Order: sequence, then C-alpha cells, then structure tokens
Amino acid sequence: MTELPEEIGSARDASGGQQRAQRKTAPIVPERNVVGNALVFVIAIMTFLSCLTLGAVTLVRDTASVWENQIAREATIQIKPVDGLDMEAALESAARIATGFAGVTGARIVDRQATARLLEPWLGTGLNIDELPVPRLVIVTIDQASPPDFAAMRAMIAPELPSASLDDHRTWVDRLVAMAHTTVTIGVTVLVLMLSATVLSVVFATRGAMAGNGHIIEVLHFVGAEAGFIAREFRQHFLLTGMKGAAAGGVAAIIVFIAFSFWSSMNMATPEADQATALFGNFAIGAAGYLGCALIVIVIAALTAATSHMTVVSYLAEIDMRHPDGG
Amino acid sequence: MVVSQETVANRSPERPNEHSVIRFENVGLRYGMGPEILRDISLQIPDRSFQFLSGPSGAGKTTLLRLLFLSLKPTRGLITVFGKDRSRISRQDLPLIRRRIGVVFQDFRLLDHMTTYENVALPLRVRGREEASYRNDVTELLKWVGLGERMHVLPPVLSGGEKQRAAIARALIEQPEILLADEPTGNVDPPLARRLLRLFIELNRLGTAVVIATHDLGLMEQVDARRMIISGGRLDIYD
Repeated sequence: MTELPEEIGSARDASGGQQRAQRKTAPIVPERNVVGNALVFVIAIMTFLSCLTLGAVTLVRDTASVWENQIAREATIQIKPVDGLDMEAALESAARIATGFAGVTGARIVDRQATARLLEPWLGTGLNIDELPVPRLVIVTIDQASPPDFAAMRAMIAPELPSASLDDHRTWVDRLVAMAHTTVTIGVTVLVLMLSATVLSVVFATRGAMAGNGHIIEVLHFVGAEAGFIAREFRQHFLLTGMKGAAAGGVAAIIVFIAFSFWSSMNMATPEADQATALFGNFAIGAAGYLGCALIVIVIAALTAATSHMTVVSYLAEIDMRHPDGG
Repeated sequence: MVVSQETVANRSPERPNEHSVIRFENVGLRYGMGPEILRDISLQIPDRSFQFLSGPSGAGKTTLLRLLFLSLKPTRGLITVFGKDRSRISRQDLPLIRRRIGVVFQDFRLLDHMTTYENVALPLRVRGREEASYRNDVTELLKWVGLGERMHVLPPVLSGGEKQRAAIARALIEQPEILLADEPTGNVDPPLARRLLRLFIELNRLGTAVVIATHDLGLMEQVDARRMIISGGRLDIYD
C-alpha cells in the first residue's frame, strides 16, 4: 500500500496516535442503549417479583409447618364430672395410663387454679370450681417423631374412666393441615405462574433488545466472523445485562425481607406484630429462601444469555437461507 | 476525466489457462415458485480483473452481487468460488471463504458505535487478532484512502464520501482476492466518484479483482473495462 492515489491519499493524520491511546476499544456489541436499559429494568422487576413470590411461599410453607407441628405436639384427656367419681384419682389414673404408652413424653394435670383461670373470662374471678360440674383436663405431650397409638389409648381409658374422652386434636389438625397444604399449593402455583411470566418476559425483552442489533450481526457475518464468535459476543453481553438486572431485582427483594424481619423484631409484643407473626411467622425466609433468590438471579441471567445466543444462531441461519430481494 | 486504458487489467474470461476467482455456469434464481429473477447466468471473474456490472434498477444487480458474495444460494446452476463448488461449501466454511471476498455495501453498513479505525479493523478483530498486530496496517490503509484525519471519529459525523471510503477500507483490510462494490458512487458527487474510481483502479493494479455494480453510465465511460449488463434476468458481457 505504498502508491497513494494523489487526490485521496493527500490527507495525513498527525494526532491519531494520541487520540487512539485515550480511547478504549469499543465493544463489538454496544454497551448501552434505550432498549438495553429497558431490558435491565424488565429483568430487575421480574426478578424482584419472582423473589418476593418465592419468599412469600417460603414463609407460608414454614408457617403452615409450624401450625401443624405445634398442634400435633399435644393431646388432651377430658374427664367430665359424674356422680361418685373421685376427680383427682381419675385425673391421676388418666395421666398414668397416658404415660404408660410409648410416644408419650409427659402428662400434665391442669390443676384447679389453672382450670379456674381458663374459665375466668366467662365466669369471672373468685370462682369456686368445686361448686360447678367443670370438666378437668390432662394435657398429654407427645413425641412428634413417633406418636402414640391413640386408638389403643382411647380403648384403655374408656373402661376405667367412662366419663373421660381423649381428644388427639386429629380433626383440628387435619383441617389445619389441609388448609396449610392448600395455602402452600396456591403459593407454589402462583410461584410457577410468576416464574413462567418472568421467563417469557425475559425471553421477549431479550429478543426485542436483540432486534435492534440485527445490523451488527449482519455486518459481523459479512466481514467473515464465525457464527460461534458472534454468538459468544452477544451471549457475554446479555449475560452481563441479565446479571445486572437480576442481581438488582434479587437484592431489592432480599432488602424487603430483611426490612420486614427487622420491623417484626423491633415491634415484638405489640398487637400489630403479634397479628402479623401469627399469620406469617417471624418474616424470616431462612437460608432456603435466600438460596432460592440467588438461584432465580442465576437462572434469569443464564436465560437472558441463552435467549440472545439462540436469537443470534437463528438470525445467522436466516441470513444464509435468505431469499433474493431483487435490486 | 478519462482514466487511461492501461490502468485496468482487462482480461477475457475465455482466455485459456486463466485462473477464475468466481465462475457461474447456467445459474438461475427464483423466489419460491415465482418466475426466475436471474436466468442462465454464465460468467467468470478472472484473477486480477476489473469489470462493471450494470443494468436498470431492479434488474438484479444486487441479487447477482449477493450470489457472488455467497449470501444467496442459486436455485439452479453451478457456482464455483476459489475452485470450490458453492453447493458443497458448509456453513462453517463460509466465513473462511468470505474473508477472501471484500464487499462494499451500497448503504456502507458501518457500525455507528465504533470509530472509523475500529470499523476498518473489524474483520481482523473478529478473527481474534491482537490490536497491536494490525494497528499499523489499519492506520496505513486509512491514510491511503484519505481518512487519516478521520480515524477516530464515529460514522454519524462522516460525510457520504468518507463513509464510502471507510467501507472500502474495511473491505480491503484483509487483502481480499476480489472486491465487490455495490453502487459505490451512488451517494457521492461526480468529482468524488472519480476519486473513488481511481482508488478501485489502484487496488486492481495491486492485484485485486474488482466488480463494481453501478447504473452510472458516466462512471463506466471513464474506464475501458469489461462490462456485464444485466437485463430481464439475463446477463450480457462486453469485453
């Protein structure tokens, strides 16, 4: 390239080298544009909502599990007063029978004072419990891992104490368990829908962002870039974009959970907090929740990269298969 | 200004023992089941040759250029590129073949987020070469096409002629064996068109086969070179 056409080759660059040193080589895929920013926002919002949903489902699942376990930890023997029954002896006898069963860790007789306290809201203070035919209770604590045979316990109590009844809270527990399972199922369904919506939004938003890069793919293709090179450039760019958006959304969701958890601990023993705690536990999503959020962030970033990769590959195949357009 | 006849290497395709860069034999092309846009095209682009491809608008010049550039497949006939049957070239091998063919698009196709220098260096960059290995070559080529002072500006601030020269430099940076230019003077005034023509002639002197698609009769009259006229889907060659 030594022979320069006179008119064209007359121009010379004196300052080029200096300018060159000051500027970093532009990336093959432009770093930021309006569509790219919109993609980051869409990814951030969808990741935030997905993580919130995951956290909420984790909370509901943990709370449901707590309800189930707390109730199943105890059973109650109720002895109704009947003529000729020595209540104290009957209570002792019921406690003895109960503790004789494997799977029972203890039996506690609710004493007169405690029983009176239980009735206080209805009957007022200063109640002489002996004047009323008040049923008495024995609370049986059970080993959750290997619960006792309630049917056998009931069969053994019935002949000895005909006025006693054993309530293993089965009906209540069954209803609570059914409710808890329904709540978790609804939560998981919402999570699946949310994740599906996220996947579709991210795929379409990425394809939208890719549409604006068609000319870059085409130019790279025509200057002899291999398909693998083009796909790699776009994959890396969109992996970074996905990471930025997903990390922002995931971190925002985690901040929300930490803030709620903090609020909950700061307001402990206030009526509002008690109400919220009764419904949602202590607002801590636990390690599983945080891991789930991290997983969502990684999956969404990978999904963005994979979508851009597939878009490039299909675009290149389309260029090679393109029909003539005249000219 | 008429460029003298000696400046171009005008070779006859029929000359025996001559090496062809690209060769078409009875090539036809159609849309789906529609009529043929190109019919029975037979041509040879000899090594180091210079030719114009002309014809009325819509006659199929760009389509023929795209066949030459392997961005379209013919519906019939045989295309041989650098001695290889086009139908046997796999998609994986296409980039390697394309690197031996320089193309100047009618709309330049420069990337707006890259400087002139980066646009011209792009074919080398996509091959994974380190910048230090090609910096001097790119700078020298840019000076050669008269863009030494416009090396570090972005395409949107370049004039039409400067963009055209940047596109030409990008097509040349890998020292292709053939250069295909689609209406390279379509967006420039007559004096600049003459300058660009001189640039193509200079390239041809240095050993590159050149095909210029144009409907500018004035431009063709300036050079005594082979003319391929496409009309009604058929090609007539005037040596």
